[in-house]
Amino acid sequence: MNLSLTLNGKLIQDDIPADMVLLDFVRRHGCYSAKRGCETANCGLCTVFLDDVPVLSCSVLALRAAGRKVTTLEGLQEEAAEFGAFIADQGAEQCGFCNPGLMMNAIALFRENPDPTEDEIKAYLAGNLCRCSGYEGQLRGIQAYLAWKKENRP
Amino acid sequence: MIHFTDYKRPTSLQEAWELNKKKSNRIIGGMLWLKMSHRPGQCAIDLSGLGLDTIEETDDAFSIGAMVTLRQLELHPGLAAYTQGAMKKSVEHIVGVQFRNCATIGGSLYGRYGFSDVLTLFLAMDTQVELFEKGILSLADYAAMDYDRDLLVRVIVKKTPLRLAYESVRITKTDFPVLTCAVSFGQEGLRTAIGARPNRAKLLWAKEDMVQNGTIDAASFGAYAQEMIPVGSNLRGSAAYRKALIPVLIERCCQQVGGDRT
Ligand SMILES: Cc1cc2nc3c(=O)[nH]c(=O)nc-3n(C[C@H](O)[C@H](O)[C@H](O)COP(=O)(O)OP(=O)(O)OC[C@H]3O[C@@H](n4cnc5c(N)ncnc54)[C@H](O)[C@@H]3O)c2cc1C
Ligand code: FES
Ligand code: FES
Repeated sequence: MNLSLTLNGKLIQDDIPADMVLLDFVRRHGCYSAKRGCETANCGLCTVFLDDVPVLSCSVLALRAAGRKVTTLEGLQEEAAEFGAFIADQGAEQCGFCNPGLMMNAIALFRENPDPTEDEIKAYLAGNLCRCSGYEGQLRGIQAYLAWKKENRP
Repeated sequence: MIHFTDYKRPTSLQEAWELNKKKSNRIIGGMLWLKMSHRPGQCAIDLSGLGLDTIEETDDAFSIGAMVTLRQLELHPGLAAYTQGAMKKSVEHIVGVQFRNCATIGGSLYGRYGFSDVLTLFLAMDTQVELFEKGILSLADYAAMDYDRDLLVRVIVKKTPLRLAYESVRITKTDFPVLTCAVSFGQEGLRTAIGARPNRAKLLWAKEDMVQNGTIDAASFGAYAQEMIPVGSNLRGSAAYRKALIPVLIERCCQQVGGDRT
């Protein structure tokens, strides 16, 4: 079936099976940051933005995104590089598999709530599972990034 | 993972309902539950083109379209005020933000899942569902019905003045609940909905003498619910554990709705 949508700012048209999920669609178009972790809507590794809202791309039919805007980490390079450095500084990235999903959802949090409390950070990121880090380093990285942003806010 | 060979986005409720008459076709809400089914479907019927994704608030009621997401419910200021925070409390542990941006109220109530936090909370309010074919019926009646192929169009919550509270017990924060409990207290009386029994949530009205001069006898109500609401065992908890939890959650809720142990 024919699908046309905007992926990271580029209009894409493709002929796809009716049951293709958005995760497979973005990967088919070179966006490998989104990953299949659990496939049961539990881990957050497949997080992408659909019209700027974070969703689980493993569970959204690609055809539902017709005519809409889809963003993966590849489309957020500047924001991601800036924030990613703080995560790396804390050694919070170990195998790194969960990292793109975490970065996407953290960026969604910063856009929605630029000054979150520790509890708000934990609540927002509860759907991003990490099998290595124990979450403490991620939390420290996020807080350090937010503090730096606050200091450097114009 | 479910498979489809066709996909349609109907432009009218009539069209969606006609498509759904065919047994192998499937309505998709958020698709989170449906996706895990292994029964192949022929056509995915996507309701996202029908404008069912809004919450309308009037002086008397909330009208919630079937495609409204759990995250919309969580963030809606009117629902937060009416439910005194219980709306958010009932959904905030469901997996994560991205999940709740996908999962819909339509899929949640159609599913009438035993573990459902959503069904538990809505049962404790004056809630009706609007079905395409059968029209408007109470959520309590809908919850007791067998699955059929009617379309859930919207959910109506009447703004009956109520005090409302919600509690659940989970083994880990974002897991399915071991037990869910909502208590509401208003002019019509005191009631509780208990879910994750592990079967579908059940509604129970308190006896008249459990409220004296506006004060709730939480201990009697808890003991009564423990006697009247059947519970069972599953991987998350035994029947004995659930039975012990019922009065605890009822008492916690009663403290919030204004009643006290007498
Ligand atoms: C991993 C996981 C964890 C979960 N944890 C919890 C939890 O802790 N607490 C909780 O309360 N819930 C939980 N849920 C359930 C979840 O919140 C939703 O209730 C569930 O996913 C169904 O919503 P959906 O929008 O995804 O529906 P779908 O999966 O799209 O549909 C579910 C069913 O409803 C039908 N349907 C959908 N919309 C309509 C409609 N408008 N009219 C008629 N039929 C319709 C579909 O055909 C299908 O049969 C969990 C689900 C998953 C997958
Ligand atoms: S792969 Fe989508 S949530 Fe795990
Ligand atoms: S760093 Fe390995 S899963 Fe998170």
